[in-house]
Amino acid sequence: MSVIWDAKGSFKIFDDMPPRIAQIRLVSSHPQVYAPCDDSYALVDALLADRKKLIDHHPTICMEVGSGSGYVITSLALILKSESNSPHFFATDVNPHATLVTRDTLEAHEVHAELLTTNITSGLEKRLAGMVDVMVVNPPYVPTPEEEVGNGGLSAAWAGGENGRAVIDKILPVADNLLSEKGWLYMLFLAANDPLQICLEMRDRGYGSKIVVQRSTEEETLHVIKFWRESENQMEGSEGGSTPKSGSQKGWNYIFSQLSRLTFRETRQ
Amino acid sequence: MRLLTHNMLSSNIKGVINGFPLRIEVEKVIEKQVDFNPDFLKNMFSKIDWKALADASKIMGYAELPEEVPDASVLDSDEFLQKFHHALLELHLEEGALVCPETGRRFPVNKGIPNMLLHEDEV
Repeated sequence: MSVIWDAKGSFKIFDDMPPRIAQIRLVSSHPQVYAPCDDSYALVDALLADRKKLIDHHPTICMEVGSGSGYVITSLALILKSESNSPHFFATDVNPHATLVTRDTLEAHEVHAELLTTNITSGLEKRLAGMVDVMVVNPPYVPTPEEEVGNGGLSAAWAGGENGRAVIDKILPVADNLLSEKGWLYMLFLAANDPLQICLEMRDRGYGSKIVVQRSTEEETLHVIKFWRESENQMEGSEGGSTPKSGSQKGWNYIFSQLSRLTFRETRQ
Repeated sequence: MRLLTHNMLSSNIKGVINGFPLRIEVEKVIEKQVDFNPDFLKNMFSKIDWKALADASKIMGYAELPEEVPDASVLDSDEFLQKFHHALLELHLEEGALVCPETGRRFPVNKGIPNMLLHEDEV
């Protein structure tokens, strides 16, 4: 904490404490629920990297699909917590044990999200369409045989079918439907999911994209990609307010070079 | 489950056309205090199906909301906003069920969490 005296002799206290995120010791667990791991940390790191932008974004409704232990939605709620203007949070999971564990993790941190046990966002798609300002997803991205997808329990947290895309490909159109005009989507991918192709597909739906975090562990290369609508009345790149019109192509060249290099490296291994 | 969530939920069973609003079966309601945020309420007002909220609120034991859709000018009234706030965010259905208005299918609510998972023949 630092104290700064101004010219009038009164002082201001600046809180230099690092922003709060969920604490591992307070994260609840269950044998059938995926515990926070490298992918969860990468996603929260992406939210932290964008912390100021997220606060300035003034979201009204935020949502996590597949909340698992609750580590990510709790961290997002803590990042955006303010006394007078906190957003409303939703979190869903297909695994009933996971929504209970998420509830306990949220309560341990004294934040709230409305929970739903459901497949992706089923039940909310009609009435919540166009209302979500921030959506966060750590999907089941691990390539597996198709028959392992959707078996419930713990495997629902990771089994992603061919190229790990079975559930991802269902979530993308759902996100497009739920996101507001100023909506942002943060989603985690493995190189094997072909994130470049996903970015191209989202571009066809009118979204800009950029890599917020990329991380290689011994087993996998993870990237968190942020998507935003590039609509007429939303300043281009108002995700950060930084990309001038002419910078758009530059942005694309960048994401292409980053992702194709990663894909190339993965392929060689 | 807050009534805001109830207001955003529809029956997701295949073939159901009129799945909103879900009928509430109450076993246990709890109240939790939430910070009053007038900007949030003003943002949400136009998105809320008023009749569904007023009816749900009544079933949950809080009959203070007007039955008719209020004119947007009520948003200047602090008294109105406080009632809206209480009904939308502070009443929780802790135990009970949500019932599809078209098929009568029950979706259980336990520990405040609605379970909207469908059986194979409903997808």
